Amino acid sequence: MKDTDKKRVLREMLFARRFEERCYEAYVERNIGGFLHLYPGEEACAFGVLEAARPGHDYVITSYRDHIHAIKSGADPKRVMAELFARETGVSKGRGGSMHIFDVANRFMGGYALVGGPFPLAAGIAKGIQMQGGDEICICFLGDAANNQGTFHESLNMAKIWNLPVLYVCENNLYGIGTRIDRSTAVIDQYQRVSGYNIPSAQEDGQDFDKVYSAANKAIKHVRSGKGPYFLELMTYRYRGHSMSDSNAYRAKTEERMWSHRDPVIMLRDRLIDSGALTLDEYKDMDTAILDEIEDEVIRYATESPEPPVSEVQRFVLAENDPWVRGGVQ
Amino acid sequence: MANIMMWEAIMRAHDEEMANDPMVIAMGEDIGVVGGTYKATTGLYDKYGEQRVMDTPISENGYTGLGIGASFLGVRPIIEIMSVNFAWLAMDQIFNTAAKVRYMSGGQLQAPVVIRSPGGTAHQLGSQHSARMEKVFMGVAGLRVVTPSNSRQAYGLLKSAVRCNDPVFINEHELMYNMRGEVPEDEYFHPLEGSEVAREGRDVTLFGYNISVHWCLKAAELLSQYHGIEAEVVDLFALSPLDREGIRNSVSKTHRAVIVEEAEPAVGVGAEVMAIINEECFFELDAAPVRVSALNVPIPYNHAMEKAALPDENDVVEAVRTMFGV
Repeated sequence: MKDTDKKRVLREMLFARRFEERCYEAYVERNIGGFLHLYPGEEACAFGVLEAARPGHDYVITSYRDHIHAIKSGADPKRVMAELFARETGVSKGRGGSMHIFDVANRFMGGYALVGGPFPLAAGIAKGIQMQGGDEICICFLGDAANNQGTFHESLNMAKIWNLPVLYVCENNLYGIGTRIDRSTAVIDQYQRVSGYNIPSAQEDGQDFDKVYSAANKAIKHVRSGKGPYFLELMTYRYRGHSMSDSNAYRAKTEERMWSHRDPVIMLRDRLIDSGALTLDEYKDMDTAILDEIEDEVIRYATESPEPPVSEVQRFVLAENDPWVRGGVQ
Repeated sequence: MANIMMWEAIMRAHDEEMANDPMVIAMGEDIGVVGGTYKATTGLYDKYGEQRVMDTPISENGYTGLGIGASFLGVRPIIEIMSVNFAWLAMDQIFNTAAKVRYMSGGQLQAPVVIRSPGGTAHQLGSQHSARMEKVFMGVAGLRVVTPSNSRQAYGLLKSAVRCNDPVFINEHELMYNMRGEVPEDEYFHPLEGSEVAREGRDVTLFGYNISVHWCLKAAELLSQYHGIEAEVVDLFALSPLDREGIRNSVSKTHRAVIVEEAEPAVGVGAEVMAIINEECFFELDAAPVRVSALNVPIPYNHAMEKAALPDENDVVEAVRTMFGV
């Protein structure tokens, strides 16, 4: 990847970081309700993988920690923030919220709130791709703890026997809500668990954009060429608790400090500075411009957007005017 | 009209819909090479191939979720869950995804899946193969629930369900697959909402669905023959949404209601129909509505005990006689 592209990715990753930090503030300000799961610390996973994919063409599906995957898939950050603010202009018209970001026009197939729920949905999307005969793939991002659900095993098995074009990306942040992986999971290296289904897999440093990008290229090439599913494990860390209601008291400060030295944004920044493609001043200017953009455009749009009309609370439960409900009679 | 068994009617609906639209697929345990535990998918594997007639692993939540995911892209899966008892395992995907995805995506996604499964009790299948779960499915917004009482409905409901853009659960019955009935020779789509008057009457309305329609019809004959009571039988083939207008119309005519269900009484069809009668036409009533239900027990293996746990036409007759004091 060229340095100019890496600079663009750096800006996108920094935007993602600032977007999520602003969500935190908006939650404290009570502009965002419900549950809020933030992504800082894990940015290289979504950006490394989706930079190697074709966002808007390939299908992406994930869990409730979904804002950044949606944005990288092509969703307008203004409309994602408007969704968090529960506005009619939100990507899901204010009906979804933080955990249910959808942007189907960009083939972002949603954020789902049941841990492990998207595993079979991703396999099903891949089945749909297979039936349509296109060259898309489905990329499913989930955390390590989701692998202890039955859907993990059921879906890997089906993806393999039916040779489905699905890439499972495991963002291993070492904690399932507040329980450390070694206390909940018999096998720590998640990529090894996949061998039982005869699916190729790899483990990579999820903090290093270049390494993720490279591993994802290999994985995506495999899936797109028709060779069936692939499982990519990315070792990463979330800076905040599982959600905003999480005190985050269960992690040692030394552990948090250790991971903060491997910040994905800073690592990519320093690499570009070392290669002479970027100066620290340029980076600071970039950051200032991002903060301004988030405040002046994203937050402003969300704040000024109308809420959905309460009179429409019963819309979208069932299809509207479906003739087959009446046996095909118009 | 063709006089065919219910499994043949279901098979014909599969075949016609798969021939009509290449995106219609069938999925389930043993539905392909074997042709289905109840033969409802016989011949489809040879005709449409393994890409469209998928023998799934025994992973109910997994393959149901896979079907739902495929439906996001326009695939129209007909998912057979071999026994409704196994559908408990797929509740996560049915309720958390299929029933909610249209709503929580603000109308961007839909899950037009059909999930068919035999509910009801058969002969001595024991507690874990005798569940009656229609009450569970009909209690969740975003899902349609229909249940055929005859071959015509089984055929026409499945065809409409495949084309409808909502997720539809079709509650069938293990004891009814070999039941014969008339089905139109021409293609026929049954409405997914409403009810049917299976027998006209003036004195009392017997509400039934699926197998209990047949108990109601037998009871109506006995009541007419021995007690001079002319019962109307209303077939609630749509359990969600229930036909409020049909319920109101019949009760407004007969002024008495008995609801007959194979399931335990709590939170069931009987309770729901009574609530609708209360809301729609309470002042039309000449007597308090009554429900005839199963006992509130897991279904026993012993045949005599199993029979005692379940209602039949005699229980319906007794309920009506008590209501009339005859």
